Amino acid sequence: MPDLEKVAANNTPPGGSPGRFFQRFTREQRYLHGVLFSTFLGLAGTGLPLRFSESIWARGLARGVGGFGAILFFHKLCAVVLTIAFLIHLKEIFTRGILHGEKGIFWGSTSMVANWKDVKDLVGHLRWFVGLGPKPEFERYAYWEKFDYWAVFWGMIVIGFSGYAMWFAPFFAHFLPGWALNAVLVIHSEEGLLAILFIFSIHFVNTHLRPDSFPMDMVVFTGVESEEEFKHKRPLEYERLAREGKLESRLGEAPQTWQVNFSKVIGFTAIFIGLTLLVLTLSAYFI
Amino acid sequence: MSSSRERWAAGPIFPEKVDGRMTEAAIQRGFSLLAQPSPASQRTPGTWARALFRTAVIAAGIAALLLTAPGRLHAQAECLACHADKTLQDANGHSVTVDGDHFGASVHGVFKCNDCHINIKEYPHPDQVVKVDCKKCHADEASGLTGSVHANAAEHPCMSCHGDAHSIFPKADSRSNVYPLNIPHTCGACHGNDGMAQKHGLASVFPSYMDSIHGFALSKEGLLVAANCQSCHGSHHILSHTNPESPTYKANIPKTCGSCHAQINDDYMGGAHGKAVAGGNLKAPVCTDCHTAHSILQPTEAAFRMQSTPICGSCHKDKLSTYHDTFHSQLGLLGGYVETARCWDCHGAHGILPASDPKSPIAPANLIATCGRCHNGANRSFVQYQPHANAHDRKLNPALYFIRLFMNLLLAGTLTFFLIHTLLWLIRARYNQIKKKTAEGDKNA
Repeated sequence: MPDLEKVAANNTPPGGSPGRFFQRFTREQRYLHGVLFSTFLGLAGTGLPLRFSESIWARGLARGVGGFGAILFFHKLCAVVLTIAFLIHLKEIFTRGILHGEKGIFWGSTSMVANWKDVKDLVGHLRWFVGLGPKPEFERYAYWEKFDYWAVFWGMIVIGFSGYAMWFAPFFAHFLPGWALNAVLVIHSEEGLLAILFIFSIHFVNTHLRPDSFPMDMVVFTGVESEEEFKHKRPLEYERLAREGKLESRLGEAPQTWQVNFSKVIGFTAIFIGLTLLVLTLSAYFI
Repeated sequence: MSSSRERWAAGPIFPEKVDGRMTEAAIQRGFSLLAQPSPASQRTPGTWARALFRTAVIAAGIAALLLTAPGRLHAQAECLACHADKTLQDANGHSVTVDGDHFGASVHGVFKCNDCHINIKEYPHPDQVVKVDCKKCHADEASGLTGSVHANAAEHPCMSCHGDAHSIFPKADSRSNVYPLNIPHTCGACHGNDGMAQKHGLASVFPSYMDSIHGFALSKEGLLVAANCQSCHGSHHILSHTNPESPTYKANIPKTCGSCHAQINDDYMGGAHGKAVAGGNLKAPVCTDCHTAHSILQPTEAAFRMQSTPICGSCHKDKLSTYHDTFHSQLGLLGGYVETARCWDCHGAHGILPASDPKSPIAPANLIATCGRCHNGANRSFVQYQPHANAHDRKLNPALYFIRLFMNLLLAGTLTFFLIHTLLWLIRARYNQIKKKTAEGDKNA
């Protein structure tokens, strides 16, 4: 398999041994991310023209999609798909965490739930930025990754609920007071805007564009990362697995060239669309 | 026969004949005279003779009218002996040809040439002919023109609207330039693209009119009742819209449009805008402010729905601003979709009434019906939605105000923190990377 070696060599720092690859994300998790970002791009692309309907590009974008009717259709379609993905994710957490009693879902070093170490890591990281201390070492999920997760989690509940409240306003009016129908648009649009600005600037840079991962962290597409990268980015997790003797069980196959290339095309397209939407959003404020 | 011809040519027997169509009326009157002879008691030989004479004259007149078609008039025939020549020109090289058939059929065909060309008494006639003065007969029209926008006879001679002087037909005749279906083209000759009007800084209204519902009714359907230029502007006494006497003066527009659109005018006059205009407030909109004067779009057309809201908003600025914050506006502004609520979908179009009026569509009791026109299942709670809520007004919409404030702080706080966080990280990571590379470089060296 010369391809494999080539890829492995590409993913290995010069001088290092062509190493092993470790599984970070399952196939389901990668698909979830794929559905999440493609529907998110769709929602952003069809939501922004509504949010900034007075801007010069909104009508052009709306016309490009096929007019307002098409915009609303795509927006609702993406919303439904994303809702289903979110429910599948909830079901998985429920099954793993509650039905199977899997440890590390709700608490501990592999959990997404924030803990005291995350606070210390945040402070330590900030101190390291300005040269006041050593770089903190991270576990499976670093504090900014947990923040990303919970921001999306909270965002989906808030944006989703307010969105459905507008979609089925007369129905929701049975339970909600009249002013809530006014409020849901404010909530939906502000929270959506926050999500768009956050993902297309902070998440892109934190996860993909920072020097350690530039130009893109492929792990969410291929599911695996090199041993070197693993050790460098999450030394605590690596050490813990080594200590527990579980390192071998996490070994994965090196990604094939087509996988890497395919991931790059998809990933860069997503980043390109995201950055374009970011520029349009910012332009609506300044032009 | 010839004497009766001369009698016809000498001048009108009946005054009605001055107006083209009235020739027939005159004939009818002649018949009625025949049918109703004087009572027998009054029949002296004198009256008998007079009645006989009158009958003979009328009969001869009818005969002359029916039997002698082209060149029937002696005096015309004399002139046409020369002027029928198509190559005939005056000293200035202008054609002085007259088509006798055309002229004979025209409204003035019963007159002698020198009824109008008054200084020509005999042949040979002087080279210089006196300019024909239409107001000699058409005094009413001439006085109408005085003070009108077309008062300058040099710039706007009668023929500029009525066409060739020798082919003028009554306005009910489809050959006439001022026949209702021909009027827009007649006016459009100047008030269209590349027309005279543009040289005087006036808008090109003809194309707009022709594309309007009125123009469509007139040109495509051939409706005589469709509003043409003169329905609104009048014909001879056309005044500028800035003149309070003009039918197109702002305060007079509801009445002008209402002369056809009576029901709408009633609704309008009963509404807030109509009352304001009637009360002398000329800031209030009249028909043309929303519908425009000439291009008048169908209110169901996307283009009209797109343009209507800013028109209302040009006065109701605060309402437009709060409307812009709503889903209705956000959808509506994107275009291509016309169903989202515009001002008049909720407030009504012509008889706009305040919410305090129980007849108003936005009166609390009517809201379920009004909102329900678009929102199936609208209920009492649903209509508590405020289509003009102001999230920046703490007193008016406190809940919305604080929700917006919270959302804004959340947005600004999160982004500010992470922008600083990530920028510092970027700098630090790049610094480390360069340091590492340099160190490796040193090692390799």
